[in-house]
Amino acid sequence: MEALTALLVGVLVAASVYLMLARNFLRFLFGLILLSNAANLVIFASGRMTLGAPALVPYGMDTPDGVVGNALPQALVLTAIVIGFGLLAFTLALAFEAYRRLRTLDTDKMNDAEPREDAK
Amino acid sequence: MNSIIFTAAARLLVALLLVFSVFMLLRGHNLPGGGFIGGLLGAVGFIVYSLACGPKEAKAALRCSPEALAMVGLGIALAAGLVSVFFGDPFFTGQWYWVGGDSYETAAFSVNSVLVFDIGVYLVVLGGILSLTFAFEEET
Amino acid sequence: MAGDSDPNAPWVTTAGMLPVLVTGALFVFFLGYIPQIAAYAPVRWAWDWIPSLDIALTFWLDGLSLMFALLITGIGTLVMLYAAKYLAGQPQFPRFALYLFSFMLSMLGLVLADNLITLFVFWELTTFTSYLLIGYLHVDPKSRRNALQALLLTAAGGLAMLAGFILIGVTQGTFELSELNAAGSMAEHAMYLPILILVLIGAFTKSAQVPFHFWLPNAMAAPTPVSAYLHSATMVKGGVYLMARMHPSLSGSDAWVWSLTIFGGVTAVFASFMALRQTDLKQTLAYTTLMALGTLTMFLAGSTGYAITAAMTFLFVHSLYKAALFLTIGVVDHGTGTRDADLLGGLARAMPITATVAALAALSMAGLPPFIGFIAKELAYAGGLEMTLSAFVIPMAIIANALMFAVAGIVAWKPFYGPQGKLPHKPHEGPWPMLAGPVILGVLGLLFGLMPWLVAEALIEPAVAAVMGAPDTGGRLVLWHGVNLPLMLSLATFALGALMYWKHQQLRAALARIEAKGPDFDAGWDRLLDHFMAMAKGQTRVIQTGVLRHYLFATFTVLVVAVAATMVLRSPGSVSLSLGGLSVREWAIAGLALAGTGVVVLTSSRIAAIVGLGVVGIAVALIFIVYSAPDVAITQLLVELLVVVLFAVAALKMPHLDPTGKQRHRPWDAVLAASVGAMTTLVLLYVVDTPFDRRLTDFFEAASFPEAFGRNIVNVILVDFRTLDTFGEIAVVLVAALGAYALLKGARAATKKDEGQ
Repeated sequence: MEALTALLVGVLVAASVYLMLARNFLRFLFGLILLSNAANLVIFASGRMTLGAPALVPYGMDTPDGVVGNALPQALVLTAIVIGFGLLAFTLALAFEAYRRLRTLDTDKMNDAEPREDAK
Repeated sequence: MNSIIFTAAARLLVALLLVFSVFMLLRGHNLPGGGFIGGLLGAVGFIVYSLACGPKEAKAALRCSPEALAMVGLGIALAAGLVSVFFGDPFFTGQWYWVGGDSYETAAFSVNSVLVFDIGVYLVVLGGILSLTFAFEEET
Repeated sequence: MAGDSDPNAPWVTTAGMLPVLVTGALFVFFLGYIPQIAAYAPVRWAWDWIPSLDIALTFWLDGLSLMFALLITGIGTLVMLYAAKYLAGQPQFPRFALYLFSFMLSMLGLVLADNLITLFVFWELTTFTSYLLIGYLHVDPKSRRNALQALLLTAAGGLAMLAGFILIGVTQGTFELSELNAAGSMAEHAMYLPILILVLIGAFTKSAQVPFHFWLPNAMAAPTPVSAYLHSATMVKGGVYLMARMHPSLSGSDAWVWSLTIFGGVTAVFASFMALRQTDLKQTLAYTTLMALGTLTMFLAGSTGYAITAAMTFLFVHSLYKAALFLTIGVVDHGTGTRDADLLGGLARAMPITATVAALAALSMAGLPPFIGFIAKELAYAGGLEMTLSAFVIPMAIIANALMFAVAGIVAWKPFYGPQGKLPHKPHEGPWPMLAGPVILGVLGLLFGLMPWLVAEALIEPAVAAVMGAPDTGGRLVLWHGVNLPLMLSLATFALGALMYWKHQQLRAALARIEAKGPDFDAGWDRLLDHFMAMAKGQTRVIQTGVLRHYLFATFTVLVVAVAATMVLRSPGSVSLSLGGLSVREWAIAGLALAGTGVVVLTSSRIAAIVGLGVVGIAVALIFIVYSAPDVAITQLLVELLVVVLFAVAALKMPHLDPTGKQRHRPWDAVLAASVGAMTTLVLLYVVDTPFDRRLTDFFEAASFPEAFGRNIVNVILVDFRTLDTFGEIAVVLVAALGAYALLKGARAATKKDEGQ
């Protein structure tokens, strides 16, 4: 499954980069969401994937029974998902506020901080 | 969304989701669950409620501001970490007290700093997400 | 500028006197070390500063440091006393006093530092404080410009020097000068030449050797006491000090001898001619300082006892007479209102003390007996005859000294004893605080000339020993050597100098014509700066477009190129792509994710895009469920739900998506996106192909229950093993939530306020 995940991650990353390069800020956001999904999958797959054996210690035993899923990347991914959501919400708020003030979602026109000299 | 059925169902659903979220929080140390999942579930519950009855009512049902909730949560998590310092252990070392026995096997249940920390996580996630969502609902 | 000061203003102020007292105390403190240093017993003070980088606050007091420390504090005391009166009543005087005092302390630190990095820090501090001093009259644009020029040039040199120091530290294993010098010459080392070049760039810019000389006369914008201090005791001598300090470790090669001799000689002769060419007395003295620096550099090329003794003696002598002359000219300027050599004349009657002092200092500068300047010149000829390149050194020294003779006449004879000049106002004698410095320094020049042993054993010989690396047989400083070759050369110098003084008006006109044809370094510097600014501007215009996707395009391109280049260079071998053994379930999940992705990319409907995102999220959650990560899967599903809610609330209130794929740049974006994707796939395939290190996982599985009493290992990692991480992460969640909250709510509050107005 790691190989298939790698292919899937490639597609997700390609799609997210393509979206992030678009001029529309909403598309950029969509790209960001896809990218965080892809990143989570990369971390998960790097820790190797195990079919149907959650990392639990059965009652009555001191260690897991047989081979179980790698718990470390799972812990990392779990927090990454929540943080990714925080980041996304913040960016969405930014986009919303920017739209409310500038009346545009075209990132080419959102250059108040770095106005072009010839535009003056 | 002025559907009476949805509003009525939402009240029930919120109650169920909240109970379930606490359940997930408490069982998290031994089975799938924990502070993150519990907090997210709780947040979903309140969001359903606010979609049905509006953010004002949802906020009233929460009884305190979600920002304050999140900050209190972070404080609880920090306090859970500080407990160990008073017992000479490094920062954030889990502390366990067995009630009704002197070890895991004999005790009826335990009081431990790890669960307190998880409760902090629960409150931060719940409060943080709710404050975001309410802000979006009110401002857009 | 001198006219600004009020002759009746109180000059005994806190700002004026405190530096005088402190500096005087330091002078006395260092005087106390003379017996110990004269016995060749250096003192070392050390404090740890950055132990991990082998940088320490270490100070080293030997003959060379002590001579400089005494000159700095001694002349510093006199200059500060002088400044208190010279600038009395100026509202900004306390600031000036602070600058001057800080400059003095930085310079003191520089000459005492033993650690190269400490030395560099003090070096840059002197650069910085002298920038403030030169730009003291900051309302004048020319003053600001000259200050900046000095700053940029010497700081650039300082950076080159730092690079050299780091090379020394890396190759020699120590930054301590005392250890480096004790180890002897590093001329045999492979990195010697780069080190030498870098350090010399620093020394040459600081001590204004041709072609970096032009900032020094420009620094004349500073008020007179500063000029005196900058030129006689300190700043420019910083470069000379560095060359002398590192003489034991850096000399001993042809590169050292040739570069110092040529640069020093050319600077000395060039500066002497330029000194003659000037009419402003302050400018004249500025160029004679340049001449002195050139001469010192030239003699530091040598390694014999005579050459070094000549350098050290001349350094000492020059400090005395040059400070005296600068201060004297300040008094003249103060008393008459002009510094123009063509206007001044016949002042001896109105300013008898000033005239006498100027004569004393000038006679020392001209090198006439029985002044110590004569001894220095005799030593210079004797040392020059011993040097490798004596055929070059001797003629250069004769021309420079003859010109000094002529300049001495212009500076000290003509204004006082020459024909009556046309003065802006009636001349008057200076007040005593301004005369004290010149008088003491001028008299010392005569006293040490008559009794050279006073200074020889106490200062010169220990300094020579420090530069040579070993005590040198002394006794060279005597007034009368008998009739020998140096004496003959001296007489020739006097004859030539007298001739030049006699013809100096004609000579000046000729020099002005030559100068007009020569290259103008100063204007060249301005052009260089202009080009630099234009380049920076053009570069900013190209790179800093203010367009988000340009930045992202550049970032992703660099990512692809860097990773691809690493892959090609490291050639990790082939990678296997085995898709066998997968059930329909896996393919279905992958297909679901791909379909969702396709919808997000292709659609121009917001709703469809959000649904597509949800589908991708669910597919990813399914992967987590199937591959034994229930906690992650639940979290993923809940977050996916929240994302959809948030977007449904916010995104639908923003405008529709423009149709995709219509813009000219999209095909290129697609190419770049495909390469980033392909690269990620490749890297991940390599990663999963390598053997897996299970140590951490094994530990968590083994310890989860017995040590942390938890059966859900993922949760145990989160809340027990890696609690600090989790704590940081929830803090991030809180900050993100508060940030978004503030963005949305704060913006509304601001809008409301605007509407209310």
